[in-house]
Amino acid sequence: MIHIENLTKRYGGLTAVDDISFTVRPGTVTGFLGPNGAGKSTALRMLTGLTPPTSGTATIGGRRYADLPNPAASVGVMLDATAQHPGRTGREVLRLGAMTIGVPDTRVEELLDRVGITADEARRRVRNYSLGMRQRLGLAGALLGTPRVLVLDEPANGLDPQGIHWMRELLREFASEGGTVLLSSHLLGEVAQTADELVIIGRGSIVAQGPTEELVRAGGTVVRAEDAGTLGAALAAADIVTRESGAGLVAEAMPEEVGRVARDAGVALSELRTTGAEGLEATFLELTADTARDKAVA
Amino acid sequence: MTTLNDRPAHRDAGSAELPQVAGVPFHRLLRVEVRKCVDTRAGRWLLVVIAAATVLVLAATLVWGELADLEYGAMFLTATLPLLVLLPVLGIMTATAEWAHRTGLATFAYEPRRGRVVLAKALAAVVLAACLVAVAAAASAVTLLVDTVVHDSSPDWSTDGAAVGGVLLTLAIYTVQGVGFGLLLRSTPLAIVATFVIPTVWTFAGSLVEWMRDVQPWLDLGLVTEPLTEGRMTGEDWTHLATSVAVWLLLPAAVGTWRVLRGEVK
Repeated sequence: MIHIENLTKRYGGLTAVDDISFTVRPGTVTGFLGPNGAGKSTALRMLTGLTPPTSGTATIGGRRYADLPNPAASVGVMLDATAQHPGRTGREVLRLGAMTIGVPDTRVEELLDRVGITADEARRRVRNYSLGMRQRLGLAGALLGTPRVLVLDEPANGLDPQGIHWMRELLREFASEGGTVLLSSHLLGEVAQTADELVIIGRGSIVAQGPTEELVRAGGTVVRAEDAGTLGAALAAADIVTRESGAGLVAEAMPEEVGRVARDAGVALSELRTTGAEGLEATFLELTADTARDKAVA
Repeated sequence: MTTLNDRPAHRDAGSAELPQVAGVPFHRLLRVEVRKCVDTRAGRWLLVVIAAATVLVLAATLVWGELADLEYGAMFLTATLPLLVLLPVLGIMTATAEWAHRTGLATFAYEPRRGRVVLAKALAAVVLAACLVAVAAAASAVTLLVDTVVHDSSPDWSTDGAAVGGVLLTLAIYTVQGVGFGLLLRSTPLAIVATFVIPTVWTFAGSLVEWMRDVQPWLDLGLVTEPLTEGRMTGEDWTHLATSVAVWLLLPAAVGTWRVLRGEVK
């Protein structure tokens, strides 16, 4: 549904987005992950026709966003929840959107209800909204036109844990009904549980992409045994690289492989699991390490 | 609209096709842009202040002026004096709003054909300006009636059509000029300063510098609109007006629009 091909944006000598390509399929949630300043927002602005790319193409359903008639009726976009006129009420912001898209005012009330903004809060000016409420308002604005595609930049920013859980459910439901979701985040934990697919970007370039499941497993296997010495030796003999970690031994192999080696060596295991999100976190930091700002510190 | 729920319109998860929808008609964009000018306190107050200024000018002439022999047309022209100063501000604020609060991100995502949004903004400013002119016209009528009651005379409704037409055209020019400067500079204070200071400096420079004295009648918007508002335009006056409008209205508006069309919305 979303197709990005060799997309590049240069500002003078700075390459903000460097030749990125990926596809987002209908029925999936794709997380666009990267540290601050990695080029996520620039890429999403190019996708939605707000920033002209230096080269490459970005299409949604086979067409450039700027060529879509009444695009908000097909693609829901929220690029910056803070970019709202502070003097408008929440309801007024949605009314303007509804008027442009051509949906009735009743749709505004439905959406306010859907994103959990009460009638009382909707009457207040956006100036008085917390970041979390602005995110909910922005999401309501994206959903106004009953789109089949959602493009959201850092939608979980400023949401409390309940809010994050709520948004996760909403996006999962949207995707399970055939919708396409692309959301960006700089926090791995936020997207790992929501996204089916991940695209990891660091300093403008894609450093890894694939199913979340696979990237999680790529983090390695945590294995523990009372007889750690024998286990370590057996793994080494099987050419499996290991390292010590607080949780136990981390083997760079799949759990089934590690289990087989342990069985053959006759070692009883007390723990065997993929490193999960923490492993992905390590992978994420490692993949973006030479691209992150705090290189020296990391 | 039949699809009011949040579910994607079609459930065929594998389809990469988007539903066929019609584009956003221009009248909707225009309505939205007019509404954006009146749905915040700042916007509403600007309109109230402008309307109040015309009423105040009329009240002042009624109290202190010699109105006994004033006909309707002259009264109306008096009422539009504050509009000449304030309508450019209305135009500016219509144009700059999207950049002051970065709402352009949403506006141009809803309608990526940015030229249509720019046109809707310019027209919205003209529509609101027309409403304010209507207020001035009505207030002038009331003032005339009050005046005739006070002086126990009969109201003189005669109007100089050419002068009124000239003032209306001048007001439209000033309003759109404000939109142009707003689009070009994207900042309300900057654009206000530019709209008022540049012509003043220009006129002042014209009185000092020899060669500028010759181009002044062609390029001084205040000077060229003088015969227009007095309803005595001649052939040469029209060419003077055209050149001034080209330089002070079309040029900034064109460059500003070009920036909007080509630039990045952040």
